[in-house]
Amino acid sequence: MTEATTNAGPPRLEVASQSKLIWWAFRKHKLAMAGLIVVAILYVIAAMPGFFAINDPSAQNARTPFHPPEAIHLWSDDGFVGPHFVPSKLKRDPDTLAAIYVPEPEKAVRLVLFGHGYSYRLFGLIETDRHLFASSDPKQPFFPFGTDRLGRCVWSRIMQGAQTSLSIGLVGVALSLIIGVILGGISGYFGGRIDFAIQRVVEFVLALPTIPIWLALAAALPQDWPATLQYMMITIILSLTGWAHLARVVRGRFLSLRTEEFVSAARLDGCSEGRIIFRHMLPSFMSHIIASITLAIPAMILAETSLSFLGLGLQPPTISWGVLLREAQNVRSIATAPWLFAPGGAVVLAVMALNLLGDGLRDAADPYNK
Amino acid sequence: MLRFIFKRVLWMIPALFAVSFLAFVLIQLPPGDFVTNYVATLAASNEIIDQNAADALRERFGLGEPMLLQYGKWIWGILVHGDFGTSFEWQQPVGDLVWERMALTLTLTLSTLVATWAIALPIGIFSAVRKYTIGDYIVTSISFFGLAIPSFLLALVLMYIAVVIFGQDVSGLFSDEYQNAPWTWAKVADLIHHLWIPVIILAVSGTASLIRVMRANLLDELNKPYVTTARAKGLSEFRLLMKYPVRIALNPFISTIAWLLPNLVSGSIVVAVVLNLPTAAPLLLQSLLAQDMYLAGAFVLLICTLTLIGSLVSDILLAIADPRIRLE
Repeated sequence: MTEATTNAGPPRLEVASQSKLIWWAFRKHKLAMAGLIVVAILYVIAAMPGFFAINDPSAQNARTPFHPPEAIHLWSDDGFVGPHFVPSKLKRDPDTLAAIYVPEPEKAVRLVLFGHGYSYRLFGLIETDRHLFASSDPKQPFFPFGTDRLGRCVWSRIMQGAQTSLSIGLVGVALSLIIGVILGGISGYFGGRIDFAIQRVVEFVLALPTIPIWLALAAALPQDWPATLQYMMITIILSLTGWAHLARVVRGRFLSLRTEEFVSAARLDGCSEGRIIFRHMLPSFMSHIIASITLAIPAMILAETSLSFLGLGLQPPTISWGVLLREAQNVRSIATAPWLFAPGGAVVLAVMALNLLGDGLRDAADPYNK
Repeated sequence: MLRFIFKRVLWMIPALFAVSFLAFVLIQLPPGDFVTNYVATLAASNEIIDQNAADALRERFGLGEPMLLQYGKWIWGILVHGDFGTSFEWQQPVGDLVWERMALTLTLTLSTLVATWAIALPIGIFSAVRKYTIGDYIVTSISFFGLAIPSFLLALVLMYIAVVIFGQDVSGLFSDEYQNAPWTWAKVADLIHHLWIPVIILAVSGTASLIRVMRANLLDELNKPYVTTARAKGLSEFRLLMKYPVRIALNPFISTIAWLLPNLVSGSIVVAVVLNLPTAAPLLLQSLLAQDMYLAGAFVLLICTLTLIGSLVSDILLAIADPRIRLE
């Protein structure tokens, strides 16, 4: 509250809306702010993965299997030359035939900011070939995170996978929110027998171990369905068990608000049930719900990752972080190419940022928190 | 108290029926049945089964009957004879395949539960009492990291480290010589020797969230007047802490059994597949993919039952620990 007291005096604090108060409290929480920034960046990437990718994420390259990651250099032997990388050439070990990459420093290739690369559609609409980074020589691709066994660029695939993995979290949470708010609202607002019945269902759903249920449901999906249909089904499966937590939160809030004076006042004024719920009660615990949602998204992301990793979620050629981690499934391939863990790093980063953000939001939205 | 327990146990019966029906419907969901899959598998290795033979197989397995009748027969067999049916794929009674694996799953889950508490309790107390110190910040960041890392990824990383740095294979629960050996003390010792790696992996995410819970609850209690009173009376800080606020802050720990168990079982499935543990998980996955429905159904049913019992135990413990809950 330092801002409020220093420059505008008491009036500013008094007229500040609920959301402004939350924002002030939130801003003081450093880790949560960091989380917010990371989440914002990740969702920008998810909105336009093609721009952040370097090579076509689906393009296979027979000359670059298990290519190790390449570093960006700024200085060469002659001094500062700007961002460039050192390409390497594929050689075979004469005895074992194992792939060896020999760096060729004399062929250093420049990296161009906003350069031209493969062409893609920005937001699925605008055809363009501009990328954040591009290799100035199309014959020498740049692999900041190396390549997988088919020579596909891991960095570009992570960028593309962000779109699927991060949006599945959002869509799944939106679905479970709809079910959760409706059922939790009915349960908490009307109470009595309806409440009892709905609460037993919620308890039942919460007591189920999620993964066996998901596995069974996901095994029921035909593997040859089109990617979008599969994607929708997976999100529905994930939200089938995800709604119960939200229903519980909403119900608790409704129960405690039902007896508040302002609700009784609204009822005595002759407001309809719908108006009482949506106009009077919902706004007072909106912030709390938003925090719960933020904490539910990472759980969805982890769930999709685990399912796809087991081979029961999304199927290649769809690219998601879970699908990418399947490449790292056995010890042999990760022992030769540890950079295949990189999508896991992306998962950890996203989940951690979302958790921190949700934690900060929850603290900030709590009016009794000091 | 007895009435409360009785009511809770009674409530479990419809829940168990719901679970068994759910399990049965789930495994019936995929289009086609075991025979379709079986024929497809054989066709892949150039063996053709004609329609008549396939129908005969269906007849033998009772697959042509309506679903409700199949369910009725299945559940009747379990209730009356304790017979879970026959696995199509293994041509063995499901009971023979399931029990040892379920026992190992239970061992793994319970050891993880104990490990989770043993790690989370002291660390949670420490980070609440030493709030906003360097130690607290370190614990907080580690626990957020633990929450964020998927358990299978942790398993993979540990496997990688074990293979590359120590040149050791950490998968499985038994050494080669004990794989098929009968149960002896030596085999149990071997199991314990192997068990700790999956236990640690599984305990990480549960520990992380419990540390957060413990810290938050203890922080709420530490500023209450009764703590000040006890301190004013000259109680030593350690005894004061253990005797009052920690006991109250423990409450949510007990109630977390309810959701910790399903979470652990779920988490252990993915980890077991990665580490190739002889628990229920890999067989469940395989049976789901092959539509070996009685085997899959038995696993889903038993795992769900396990978690329902877990939530029953936690309710009873909670009622013992906190009289207010019983009165509701």
